[in-house]
Amino acid sequence: MKLECKHVWENISAYIDQTMDAKLREEIEKHLEHCEICSAVLDSTRNILVLTADGRTFELPVGYSQRLHERLEEELKKGGEVKS
Amino acid sequence: METRGTTEAELIARVLAGETQLFHDLIRPYERMVYMTVFSVVKNEAEAEDGAQEAMINAYRHLRSFRGEAKFSTWLVTIAINEGRKRLRKSKNAAEESIDAPAEGEEGEFTPALLTDWREIPSEALERKELREALRIAVGELPDIYRQVFTLRDLEQLNVEETAQALGIQPGAVKVRLHRARMMLQKRLVPFLKTTAPRRGRWLGRAL
Repeated sequence: MKLECKHVWENISAYIDQTMDAKLREEIEKHLEHCEICSAVLDSTRNILVLTADGRTFELPVGYSQRLHERLEEELKKGGEVKS
Repeated sequence: METRGTTEAELIARVLAGETQLFHDLIRPYERMVYMTVFSVVKNEAEAEDGAQEAMINAYRHLRSFRGEAKFSTWLVTIAINEGRKRLRKSKNAAEESIDAPAEGEEGEFTPALLTDWREIPSEALERKELREALRIAVGELPDIYRQVFTLRDLEQLNVEETAQALGIQPGAVKVRLHRARMMLQKRLVPFLKTTAPRRGRWLGRAL
């Protein structure tokens, strides 16, 4: 059976997340071997995910952690007790 | 206070038993996650920081209601989502005449951008600041429902079930929204990569 490109794109996330059955996976892999367009879609999507997970892309505000713990400390001192 | 090697469940039990200072250690691994989660809802740094602090305080106050059915991280993310939503409602109410949000297209085509003359992103391109900036902007411009799922799944690496639980949606919806978010981002980012990536031969190696 020959897969259409559109069908590959629709399943690209499932392919990346490895949540598809083995048969479809195999078909997609076969398709990718000879289809440059779909390979490029896959590569570029994967690269975006790599960039997203890179800690430098989405950064915390400078001093965030310190301010958070200071505020927590106030709260801990104030009430002390966890609600029951 | 020795906390090394202490499990999360032990830490929680000790905080509840009165060692409240240990709450600092308990939440330390999740500071980033909670901030990014609130940010994905409110889309404003100051508001996200304040919301993250508030979410952590709420978590402290309600720690006794954490029963361990979900992971502690998922429980925190759920609190963070709720805090973000509360803030969003407030700011919307505050606006005199809120323009109805455009329907966040659940339908429509979600197809990737096709590349015919370019295939691989040289790995040094991924190192560029402009690219990260472009990605931040593109994520910020995603419709809310897609941005939230994308943040929890691909930024914070929650699994499908945890994401569904935190957002109060079905796992199927998580998968559909994530796919659409990724395709929208791919479409937005590819032209950028194409025009800024230096022309180089293919032999320089595959993309990541």
